[in-house]
Amino acid sequence: MKGWMTRFKAVMALTVMALILSGCGEPFLSTLQPRGEGAAMLLELIILSTVIMLFVFVVVMAIYIYVIIKFRQKKGQEDFIPKQTEGSHALETLWTVIPIILLLILAVPTVQYTFAFADVNTPEVSEEGEELDQIWIDVTGKQYWWHFEYEGLDVTTSQEIYIPTDRRVYLSMISDDVIHSFWVPSIQGKMDVNPTGNRNEMWLQADEEGVYWGKCAELCGPSHSLMDFKVIAVSPGEFEEWVEDMQGVTGEEEPETATAQAGQEIYEENCLSCHAVGSSPNKVGPNLTNFADRDKLAGVFDMTEENLFEWIDTKGEEMKPGNLMVDAPYDLNEEEINQVIEYLMTLSPSDVTPESADNGVYIDSDLSDLFPEEEEDADEESEEDDEVDEDEETDEETDENDEE
Amino acid sequence: MSTTAENKAGFGSVLWDYLTTVDHKKIAILYLIGGLFFFILGGLQAMLIRIQLIAPDNEFISAQFYNEVLTMHGTTMIFLAAMPLIFALMNAVLPLQIGARDVAFPFINSLGFWLFFFGGIFLNVSWFAGGAPDVGWTAYAPLSLFSESHGVDYYAIGLQIAGFGTLMGGINFIVTVVNMRAPGMTYMRMPLFTWTSFIASVLILFAFPALTVGLFLLTFDRLFGGNFFDPEMGGNVIIWEHLFWIFGHPEVYILILPAFGVFSEIIPTFSKKRLFGYSSMVFATILIAFLGFMVWAHHMFTVGLGPIANSIFAVATMAIAVPTGIKIFNWLFTMWGGNIRLTSPMVIALGFVPTFTIGGMTGVMLASAAADFQYHDTYFVVAHFHYVIVGGTVLGIFAGIIYWWPKMFGTMLNEKLNHWFFWLFFIGFHLTFFFQHFLGLMGMPRRYWKFLPDQGLDLFNLISTIGAFGMAIGTIIFLVNVVMTQMKGEKVSGDPWDARTLEWAIPSPPPFYNFKQEPLVRGLDALWVEKMQGNGKIQPAEPLGDIHMPNRTFVPFVISLGLFIAGFGVMYQGAMWILAGIGFATTFGAMLYRSLKDDIGYHVHKEELEEEGDGSNG
Repeated sequence: MKGWMTRFKAVMALTVMALILSGCGEPFLSTLQPRGEGAAMLLELIILSTVIMLFVFVVVMAIYIYVIIKFRQKKGQEDFIPKQTEGSHALETLWTVIPIILLLILAVPTVQYTFAFADVNTPEVSEEGEELDQIWIDVTGKQYWWHFEYEGLDVTTSQEIYIPTDRRVYLSMISDDVIHSFWVPSIQGKMDVNPTGNRNEMWLQADEEGVYWGKCAELCGPSHSLMDFKVIAVSPGEFEEWVEDMQGVTGEEEPETATAQAGQEIYEENCLSCHAVGSSPNKVGPNLTNFADRDKLAGVFDMTEENLFEWIDTKGEEMKPGNLMVDAPYDLNEEEINQVIEYLMTLSPSDVTPESADNGVYIDSDLSDLFPEEEEDADEESEEDDEVDEDEETDEETDENDEE
Repeated sequence: MSTTAENKAGFGSVLWDYLTTVDHKKIAILYLIGGLFFFILGGLQAMLIRIQLIAPDNEFISAQFYNEVLTMHGTTMIFLAAMPLIFALMNAVLPLQIGARDVAFPFINSLGFWLFFFGGIFLNVSWFAGGAPDVGWTAYAPLSLFSESHGVDYYAIGLQIAGFGTLMGGINFIVTVVNMRAPGMTYMRMPLFTWTSFIASVLILFAFPALTVGLFLLTFDRLFGGNFFDPEMGGNVIIWEHLFWIFGHPEVYILILPAFGVFSEIIPTFSKKRLFGYSSMVFATILIAFLGFMVWAHHMFTVGLGPIANSIFAVATMAIAVPTGIKIFNWLFTMWGGNIRLTSPMVIALGFVPTFTIGGMTGVMLASAAADFQYHDTYFVVAHFHYVIVGGTVLGIFAGIIYWWPKMFGTMLNEKLNHWFFWLFFIGFHLTFFFQHFLGLMGMPRRYWKFLPDQGLDLFNLISTIGAFGMAIGTIIFLVNVVMTQMKGEKVSGDPWDARTLEWAIPSPPPFYNFKQEPLVRGLDALWVEKMQGNGKIQPAEPLGDIHMPNRTFVPFVISLGLFIAGFGVMYQGAMWILAGIGFATTFGAMLYRSLKDDIGYHVHKEELEEEGDGSNG
């Protein structure tokens, strides 16, 4: 796959394209600053096509400028009648054949990459030559938020999806209402999320830990532009910890303070029918299992109590126009809302949060603990586990490298 | 019947004249006025979009209204501005270029215009009836089914009515070219504008039925519980996307091919050289049209059609770059060795070449299916299609209007103002759209009501908005120029540009029968041939005789008005069904009247013609 590109490395080195482009945009959002395998492959393709096309443009402009300067009417030449050339077979063949060749150069990697991106069935292979377990996440797009269920892991979340770095996770996507499109520019290209029953599948892979912005890229209603989500890429070990913490949540944990307990009661009466806490198939509204750990409220707003208060109070009517929560039948007074907020802010089941993506801690794991059903050979499994544990320790010590 | 008599006539009689005309030259003026009106309307909507996006997190207009504006901007510009303006040029020029006295079906021609007009008005009534369509000009289901106001109904029915008109126009021009060419005007002597209009008409014939079907299904889904696209009821939303783009992709070639034709007239005229590689230009046009029907799914790379379909459509799309490239090089080599006069149409043509080349380049980049996963539905795409549609079609339309203005009106637009218009519009255009390529790559999806602060998108959006004002000021200058020129009313000769093709061989504006005697065409660039080899006048192919002309008629207006009224009845139903009854009765009654009444037209007699000079461009 990379063979094609190496051949063009020389051409690319001559161009400053990559340099210019990499100055563009923010690293958590820009396709020009890839932080994952998918976006990196796509940037290669973008640069290749840009270079080919710039070559064509330069040729066209060279002829163009020469022609305008050379053959512009001079004073005293008003009556000059040029030779009425019919055409030239040699020239016309030339500018038919050369573009065909240029397009073939682009077409071959295009087809290769198109197939590479569609491949979600070949499991990745670890360095030791063993097949890695595929992590599948069911994605549901809804007006105007995203829901994620980790297949076989009994973990449900919304708005912010946690993935381990350095391996692919696989998405199986469907919409509950209109067409949406799932796009995380800095780690992967987009794919539509259709309601028809044909699930679209794709993979995500992040090379670096980070909080990456995801966007809805298909017009889906008034708040289309506010249907952001986050991909939180953490090291595999941290991801494993997050999954285990999330699995432990039942939603019935009692918070410590009295206000929060009161808030929980109000929550159970008014909110729970749509907003589940803990793993649950309920996706009427966003799952709030780790709500207090969210990077953003409703995808776009700062996680402040004022914003949260306004949201609950107004049901987000002005904040996210057209959102479906405005039909929620609850009616809470100021005190009740504050109690609910206090409860919501206790929903932090894990130490792994968006901050874990930035703290430079890297814990390795092959995540095989998360898939116990594959215990065919118990001995081998335990040996592996030991190795992993060692890795974890050493990695934590030598992590200065990652902190740049 | 002469123009001077009409000028003296009152407003009422001029209005009646235009309401009932079947003359292709007057219908061209109607299309021009209608198209410019909607172009301004669509432009105002564009300004609202750009003002909303001038700064992050802006609250200038509401999210709902923004979606209505973006939908109406796209729909208006494509269906109600670009299409009719192209029809204006085709009507004004095509019959003259092939030496015909009118189009093949003057009645249908008039009907086509009035259907477009009432369809466009119908669509815009939605603004005052609870909200315009808010689902994008592509109206993807099921969003278009869920949309609560009647906006999408207005969209479906309005475009249906306008679409009938376009389809009729297309058929009319096909028949005109096939049947009405003057003696000696073989296919391979037809001017390129006629060729590209002909091919565009063929595209209309094959592409618009897909839209008609799609809109019918959408109408039935929304108004009569059709469930074609409703996934809950076993419908399939992807079918709409296919139908829409099977129409929608050829549509962009319908828009661009006549613009190619315009430039293929302007560049030879102002280089004083025949078009380089004429036959390969014709071949390239046909090839573009042919390939244009097999690439529609490149709008759907992210839908999940699978890698095989994506790869096939990717390669097919790239293939279109080859004939398009041929055209670009042929234009350059037409200028090569020429004697280039930098008149305003020529300057616009020179602005078009690099602009359209950039649009073509990004087109090839978009064709790369995998890379499109990043470009799709971002501002990169917005930039791309504005580079081809504004940089190609709109520049082509303006160049064509300025170039043929003397032929249409007998006056000359002020050259100085033309240049001012062009430079403001052109620089504004590049400021607006060039940076949008980067906005897209930097992660800004299209159709976004808001972008958020701290995402690195502020500067380029600001530049883009500033550019949009440049385009607006340029357009205003053009309109001022039009008004001033027509107020002055200074007449020019029939051939003010020293041009090459047949339309310049007759007076400006041409008499209502165009050619007093059928012209004899002796080669490509018929007038140029006579300038070089003869006395500069086209030889007649027949002795002076009576000319058979069609009668004016009010029936097309009534037929269209009936459908307009019926549209409301079908939409609001209930007691409003009565409107549908009245409307359809009007339409079918008028059609029946037309069928039963024998209208054989009239003759302009030889004696009258002899009084009016020799019919040359004198």
